Amino acid sequence: MSSRDDILATIRANLPQLDRPLPQVPMFDDKAPVSLLTSFREALLSMGGDFIDPAPGQEPLAPVRERLVGVKVVCSATPEIQGNRPLSDVKVPQDLADVDIGVVRAAFAVAETGSVCLTEGNFGINALGYLAQHLIVLLDPADIVANLHHAYRRPEFRQGHYASFHTGPSATADIEGVLIRGAQGVRSLTVVPVPR
Amino acid sequence: MSDTQKQPDAADRMPHSKLAARSNESAAGNGRGLDHAEGTSHPIRVAPEPQPRGAKVHGKRPIDQTEAAGRFIDAIQHETTHDARLWDLRSKRDRQMHIIPEWEQLRELASAIKEHTLTHLDTYLDQFEQTARANGIHVHWAKDAEEHNKIVHGILRDHGTKSLIKSKSMLTEECGFRQYMASVGIEVIETDLGERIQQLDDEDPSHIVVPAVHKLRTDVAEVFSRTIGTDPENSDVHYLAEAQREATRPLILNADAGMTGANFVVAETGSFVVCTNEGNADLSANVPPLHIASIGIEKLIPRLEDLAVFIRLLSRSALGSPITQYTSHFRGPRQGGEMHVVLVDNGRSARLNLNEFWTSLKCIRCGACMNTCPVYRRSGGLSYGATYSGPIGLIIDPTFNRHKYSALPFSSTLNGSCTNVCPVKINIHEQIAAWRKVMSENHEMPLMKKAAMKAAGAILAHPRLYRAAITTADAALNALPRFMIYNRLNAWGKQREVPHAPRQTFHSWYKQNRGTP
Repeated sequence: MSSRDDILATIRANLPQLDRPLPQVPMFDDKAPVSLLTSFREALLSMGGDFIDPAPGQEPLAPVRERLVGVKVVCSATPEIQGNRPLSDVKVPQDLADVDIGVVRAAFAVAETGSVCLTEGNFGINALGYLAQHLIVLLDPADIVANLHHAYRRPEFRQGHYASFHTGPSATADIEGVLIRGAQGVRSLTVVPVPR
Repeated sequence: MSDTQKQPDAADRMPHSKLAARSNESAAGNGRGLDHAEGTSHPIRVAPEPQPRGAKVHGKRPIDQTEAAGRFIDAIQHETTHDARLWDLRSKRDRQMHIIPEWEQLRELASAIKEHTLTHLDTYLDQFEQTARANGIHVHWAKDAEEHNKIVHGILRDHGTKSLIKSKSMLTEECGFRQYMASVGIEVIETDLGERIQQLDDEDPSHIVVPAVHKLRTDVAEVFSRTIGTDPENSDVHYLAEAQREATRPLILNADAGMTGANFVVAETGSFVVCTNEGNADLSANVPPLHIASIGIEKLIPRLEDLAVFIRLLSRSALGSPITQYTSHFRGPRQGGEMHVVLVDNGRSARLNLNEFWTSLKCIRCGACMNTCPVYRRSGGLSYGATYSGPIGLIIDPTFNRHKYSALPFSSTLNGSCTNVCPVKINIHEQIAAWRKVMSENHEMPLMKKAAMKAAGAILAHPRLYRAAITTADAALNALPRFMIYNRLNAWGKQREVPHAPRQTFHSWYKQNRGTP
């Protein structure tokens, strides 16, 4: 008998003979926040992320362009921003090792936790979200859902092979609880509201 | 600042009186060194408190947790920092709990979903396997640690792998994976900062979420100076973390394969979910061409909508943050990559059959029970001498080896705090008590406990004797010489002061105020 069959047989022999029905999970959205953008922003900041609103009268991409001035290697997976390391030139993930700033667009965001959802489609190459020193994320304010219950109704988790919630930058508190931003992944994560 | 001001300031910063005294001996022990110009021109350096090591393991002989805990408590800087750090996590968890009105409902749901899944585990494993295979994931099954290690080795050998980067996984700790890989000549590099510290120090993780929480920054400085060449005198945390980032990055870029665990496995989508704060699991999974995930069979949940409940609970319970920095969902290999999942039993299917203990399989490894446990906070995780420490360890470890871990269930005050904070509502303290019963029935009681229990049993069996004993309790505590209270038979007198007993017992109060009972 294969290990698979062995394991399943043992499980079947040992299953507790108890009636444990699967509960329905409510959406818990009766107290949804008035402004999803405001609560998203607040949650993101509390997790160490940055949020940049364009100044009044400024076009939405202006803060992104300002940040990219003088940056050595920029790799953008968005049509809105031109980097100097085209994704089409990247053959293996390791080619992204020297990227200073990566630019991506979020599939959607979650107000409850301040998370942006990034998929393989958003990254072009997944490693962009982790090997770059800094990450700039474009987010359409219309793409924010109230909480994780709503988030998991989205198609991103049923299609495609990879989807990740990023909530602020890479962080650790493994030495005496001292918070370090930029543990192994990006040192900063900045969300900029840019309608699609 | 004048020299005479400098001296007492340095002494003030010494957290341990013994250390302060020791340094005074050399620098200013004669009381005149203080004024001597040359004596004060050298910076006063306090030798860091050496790290207390974990339980002494003697083959399969029972682990003596109290012995190791005693040494941890004696290392006062380690003990106080550890205690404070974990209590901080517990307090942050409480704050998160209070801002979620449906918190208790989420715990109920989480418990119900897990119990449903575990009572239908064969069905959901089957569903997961089919869906995952359809998405292009290779699915393997391992009965035990040995088979797991062999399967992973086989995959790595087929790919000519020389080095493997991995994220933290308690399952691979259970399997002795790193040791096995070392024996077959494959380099394993842990990418989580805490786990990397532990790997470089050749020590097990002491906590399931924060593996190096028992170490002080000076311990880390010592380990890194020895292994990755940092300045031994520099224990600045930012410096240490940055040094590790820089040292690990080339290893990440050059690795042939990556390995992760999984926090949850969703049967309906055939996907698995990995939660980290450092993003190191995503580096391990997305940089090398090959990704292997080792997953315990109890990680299954049926649907995506169930996942929402667990993601909302996990990091709030573990660290007091609303979510981990990264929550990643893997449903298949990336383009040009290869993905393998190894489903590991290693005693879990047998645990399903333990009437009183099967619900320990609901555990989502958040560590909340450890953070709240007064015994754990003051003893350090390595004192348990087992893969799992703290309250959850007390009820899981004996399923791996009943004799070796026979004394562990006694390392608890049974205060029930672990049960109260558990996000999946495992009755941890009741299971600890039930394990004590199992151990005593199997004659696995620690010797000292046996003697104390025999005496207690005689008194508790006779109401009159009991009343006489407790009426005199406070008088006895006051009158007895310290060695009678703080001796080896009374574990409660170890490392803590015994509280005063009330002046009047309830029994005598009742007799006085409510007539003859």
